[in-house]
Amino acid sequence: MIRDKKTLLILFGMPVMQILIFGFALTNEVKNSRILVADYAKDVASQQITARIEASRYFDVEKTILDHKQIESAFKEGKIKLALIFPERFNEDLLHQNKAQIQLIADASDPNIANTLTAYSSSIIQDYQNGLNTTYSPPYRIETEIRMLYNPQLKGAHSFVPGVMALVLMLVCVMMTAISIVREKETGTMEILLVSPFRPLLIIISKTVPYLFLSLINVISILLLSVFVLKLPVNGSVLLLFAESTLFIITCLSLGIFISIKSATQQAAMTVSLMGMLLPTIMFSGFMFPVENMPLPLQIISNIVPAKWFYIIAKSIMIKGLGITALWKETLILAGMGVFLLIISLKSFKIRLS
Amino acid sequence: MDAVIVDSITKTYGKEKTHAVNGVSFSVKKGELFGLIGPDGAGKTSIFRVLTTLLLPDSGRASVDGFDIVKDFRKIRDRVGYMPGKFSLYQDLTVEENLSFFATVFGTTIKENYNLIKDIYIQIEPFKDRRAGKLSGGMKQKLALCCALIHKPSVLFLDEPTTGVDPVSRKEFWEMLRRLREQEITIIVSTPYMDEATRCDRIALIQNGNFLSADTPESIIHSYPDMLYAVKAENIYTLIQSLKNFENALSCHAFGEYVHLSVKPALLKGTTTPAEDHKNTEDIKNYLSMAGFKDIVVKKTEPTIEDCFIKLLS
Repeated sequence: MIRDKKTLLILFGMPVMQILIFGFALTNEVKNSRILVADYAKDVASQQITARIEASRYFDVEKTILDHKQIESAFKEGKIKLALIFPERFNEDLLHQNKAQIQLIADASDPNIANTLTAYSSSIIQDYQNGLNTTYSPPYRIETEIRMLYNPQLKGAHSFVPGVMALVLMLVCVMMTAISIVREKETGTMEILLVSPFRPLLIIISKTVPYLFLSLINVISILLLSVFVLKLPVNGSVLLLFAESTLFIITCLSLGIFISIKSATQQAAMTVSLMGMLLPTIMFSGFMFPVENMPLPLQIISNIVPAKWFYIIAKSIMIKGLGITALWKETLILAGMGVFLLIISLKSFKIRLS
Repeated sequence: MDAVIVDSITKTYGKEKTHAVNGVSFSVKKGELFGLIGPDGAGKTSIFRVLTTLLLPDSGRASVDGFDIVKDFRKIRDRVGYMPGKFSLYQDLTVEENLSFFATVFGTTIKENYNLIKDIYIQIEPFKDRRAGKLSGGMKQKLALCCALIHKPSVLFLDEPTTGVDPVSRKEFWEMLRRLREQEITIIVSTPYMDEATRCDRIALIQNGNFLSADTPESIIHSYPDMLYAVKAENIYTLIQSLKNFENALSCHAFGEYVHLSVKPALLKGTTTPAEDHKNTEDIKNYLSMAGFKDIVVKKTEPTIEDCFIKLLS
């Protein structure tokens, strides 16, 4: 075993990696979430609460007064996770009626984050209220009115269906194609295929097209299940979702082909696609652990994970009901990745042995 | 123009630059059945891979069917047939599916060239719905040959097609190759079996990446310079040991149940008189009985390719 460097590396390197990654990067805890404070009151009380919220390390506060439409579009673009809205005459209400309202609007497409964020902000507001009550005799009450956007019932399925879709497609497409070409190399059939009019592009196409169709069947079955069994409707265009899925599948297939071309054995190809693809997909897609909370280097790394972009796209279409105009950037990134992988696959395809 | 022209091809592997092929030159005429004969590791497969454009030679030039193996590799790939040493068909596909797959790859149909493979395919046709992986060794090779032939290649490369095949199938296989010659297909075939050499029009004996000799099997045998005797006694191991010390012995090696002993000819090479033969036989017999051997048989024998190979090695 001493001579088997790879095993040693896995044996001792893995725990170190895991501890570091899970300890620092992958936390469910919510930090530095971007929230919006729309202060229509601009009085003492509202500013004091805003200051407290700003002081909290959980929030990254942006203060602007926007109308409802703009707030909505900020949510749609995923710019903010939570909006705090102070109505006009907030302090007056508080002083004269002993009662005031704050509206909290949360992006509930990820129910966990929405819950945590509203709980944090409510407790800060509660804190402020309690502080007031020690000095003033009649008890003041600040009511928080919480609205969960997109997913009022906080169903878990809302976030996990797009996540599972990204994961399953990634796994099936990458693993299946990853072994496809290297298997031909192992069995020796590649030797005959090379000495034939079959060209690399044709080999790649014939290896990927069947899996494209199989994966589309997977997409259909996931969607049917989520609509009819989990009662989760697709809010956006089903056609767009299909087109985006096809794009993601092609990107994954190209990735698999690239792995297959680069690996020497089927086993190596399997290991690379499992360790190298499954883990990053789970960690960096934003499906299990919010990407926003990770240290910056990991956030940058997460950008090269295709599943992250597809997860954003799928979630936006299915839950937020967005159209292509809101998602062209993510779509372009995915398409770019696909084209890039396809080109380097073609370039690195060995037209000879060794 | 010759179908295959090889001009001092060299191929090395790895950092140590081990020579697999060491400056080999030969040419094969159109419609010829050319054999590369040599033991494992002699460089046969490397030559095949260079000629089928799968490997680039380190130096030297070669052309197949008039096309350069480096520059025009695509054109060569379109027109040659190649059967690698390792069975390389799709094991999960049936016999018929394999055949039609390769026909499609080369842009033809089974029907179009059926006459070419008919003799061979007819033998495996009863199993056409069986998966290729479930065939016996001989049938696998027949199927592989069909697949390599289905597009009517101009040159057919067969790398050790009879290795791991039973003697009867081997014989059949060679008969098929003889028949293919009539179709004007140039065939280059390699084999480690010396007894198969005589079935080729011309052969090249290879060892360690070098050609020892390249000629027709007959003239290679004819150029064998020594007199050869087959000797038999009860203990073959001690027999070889003591024959090595026989005064006129050049070399001796086991050959089936006999030991082949080569003796320096007294006269011109290859020409011996019956009297000389008789004297040599008696000399060997006497020598052996003096050494205490029993049941001694000594007879004059004709050299085989194997004897020539061993002679060329020494």
